[in-house]
Amino acid sequence: MTAPAAHAAGVSAPPAAGVSAPHAAGVSAPKAAGVSAPHPAGAPALQAEGLALKLGALRAVDGVSLALHAGQWVAIVGPNGAGKSTLLSLLAGLRKPDAGRVWLQGRDLATLPAPARARALSWLSQQGEAEGDIAAHDVVRLGRLPRHGLFGTPDAADEAAVAQALDETEATPFAARRLNELSGGERQRVLLARALAVQAPVLLLDEPTTHLDAPHQRALLRGLAARARNGAAVAAVLHDLTLALAADRVLVMDRGRIVADGSPADAALRAALVQVFEQAFSIEAVQLAGRARWAVVPHL
Amino acid sequence: MKATLDTPHTRAARAWPEATLLGLGLAALALLLGVAGLAAGSEGWSLAWLHGSQDEWSLVTAIRAPRTVGALLTGGLLGLAGAIAQGLFRNPLADPYLLGSAAGAGLGVVLVLAAGGVLGHYIGLATADWLLRVGLVGAAFVGAVVGVALTLMLARGTARPIVLLLAGVVVGIVLSSISELITLVSPEALRGKQIFMLGTTSFLGWSSCVVLGVVLVPAAALAWRYARALDALVLGEASAASLGLQLPRVRLLLVALMALATGTAVAQAGLVAFVGLVAPHIVRRLVVVTHGPLLLLSAAAGAVLLLAADVAARSVIAPQELPVGVLTAVLGGLYLLVLLRRRQLQA
Repeated sequence: MTAPAAHAAGVSAPPAAGVSAPHAAGVSAPKAAGVSAPHPAGAPALQAEGLALKLGALRAVDGVSLALHAGQWVAIVGPNGAGKSTLLSLLAGLRKPDAGRVWLQGRDLATLPAPARARALSWLSQQGEAEGDIAAHDVVRLGRLPRHGLFGTPDAADEAAVAQALDETEATPFAARRLNELSGGERQRVLLARALAVQAPVLLLDEPTTHLDAPHQRALLRGLAARARNGAAVAAVLHDLTLALAADRVLVMDRGRIVADGSPADAALRAALVQVFEQAFSIEAVQLAGRARWAVVPHL
Repeated sequence: MKATLDTPHTRAARAWPEATLLGLGLAALALLLGVAGLAAGSEGWSLAWLHGSQDEWSLVTAIRAPRTVGALLTGGLLGLAGAIAQGLFRNPLADPYLLGSAAGAGLGVVLVLAAGGVLGHYIGLATADWLLRVGLVGAAFVGAVVGVALTLMLARGTARPIVLLLAGVVVGIVLSSISELITLVSPEALRGKQIFMLGTTSFLGWSSCVVLGVVLVPAAALAWRYARALDALVLGEASAASLGLQLPRVRLLLVALMALATGTAVAQAGLVAFVGLVAPHIVRRLVVVTHGPLLLLSAAAGAVLLLAADVAARSVIAPQELPVGVLTAVLGGLYLLVLLRRRQLQA
């Protein structure tokens, strides 16, 4: 952890962990929002301070600060164009912000070598870009590239990680088929397996449930929760708000800013969620197998 | 359920015996069959080893053998360059000539031909002819490299593949226009340019084979080494970058390899169309492999394709010969039409 040394040197360092991000950054949020979900103690796995990026005249990300902790899975939600995917790509170090910084496990992402970043952080893009005739399990093997690099030889541990990721997404039965010959849902499971095969401590997933049917959505979310329980920091952009409300913590974005951040059990967070989506739905409490859940009911 | 994972290398290894047998068969055919008139002054088909005369033996060793080896190596370079181009631009219709190398090589040839015509008046036709033979190969290579360099400059590097492709198209159009302008002013360059544009293996000698081999072997080895980057590009640019790859550096190296392979092939055999485009397609239809095996198998397929086309070009209207580039263009075009039709039907 380099933060204290960085402070001493006058270098910008991650702010103190455990501070509710919107308040720390002075981001305006609804009054009731900003109640952070409880998260494990210790330094954040990923932390951002004052991130901003303009795309043309649009402030796609406008002064976002947040901290993602190991052991917690976070859903990022918001209307179309709210800046969710752009924020995720900034957090993954794939875009250079106009302002602000990101620290990955306490190290400045801007100066972290790309292979080290790739080993510590796995990013899944929105589906649509992946295109090719290589076999599904060769796609998943790419998840091990950060470990052995372009010139290394994959070993038994790599093959075990690939097989495990294929099993986890139930993609093993079609692992030998070409990527281009798979259905949208099958392809998404292969791409998810690729992201999981990295076995990175930080997982950033952009719309991972796209094209997945209900059983596979359930399997994915259970898998993400299990990964978090095993010590990973997981953040996923989700459009299905009922699924998002099953997360440990929800970040609500609107017009490039985080306008609410907290546990789904927080009434203020749910109110903010309804507000940014223009009261297009209500959120109802349901009891499922003796546990409280939140269900989104559209106003039709 | 645990997966039993088949590796791309084992899958590729299964394809090698058939490819090797096919290549050897074609090579034997290319050595045996030929228009004897090329060397011995007689006409019709000859089976050199059956006749066994010294002239016939010389014809095999001095003309048919280097031509056969040269066709294999040229096809190998084009197949390799095609597989790199299609992986790099994430487009199965990408062609190794896309980045201005073809038009650049064409302009180089036209410039030398035009200069040879002018020089012939002053230094004697024989000397000018010799200069032309030496200069054409060099000019085509330099032209191809200059064409790619101009494309890279116009696109300001390789960071944006779409811009790179568009820059290649622009450079191709401009350089081709300049070639046309020169042939208008210097009509004697037109005939030579035509031969070059049609592509031919007739002029491949042992020296050409050495040049082609010296480029093909290290180019294939280097491309194999960086093939995982092409695999990663299957996921898209951003995802490939998220895997920790230094994409600008890798892309520049692969573009340079593609330019070198294409430039060398074009310099020795002219513009042989469609081999670079079709060879990777055929491989992908036959086996499901990653880019490492794909690059090598595409080189092998390109070699076999060009040799097969060369044998056919010598046979179709014997004792006359078709320029092999004409045959590859017709067959390659037909192949793509069938492919397109099949995809439309599937859709």
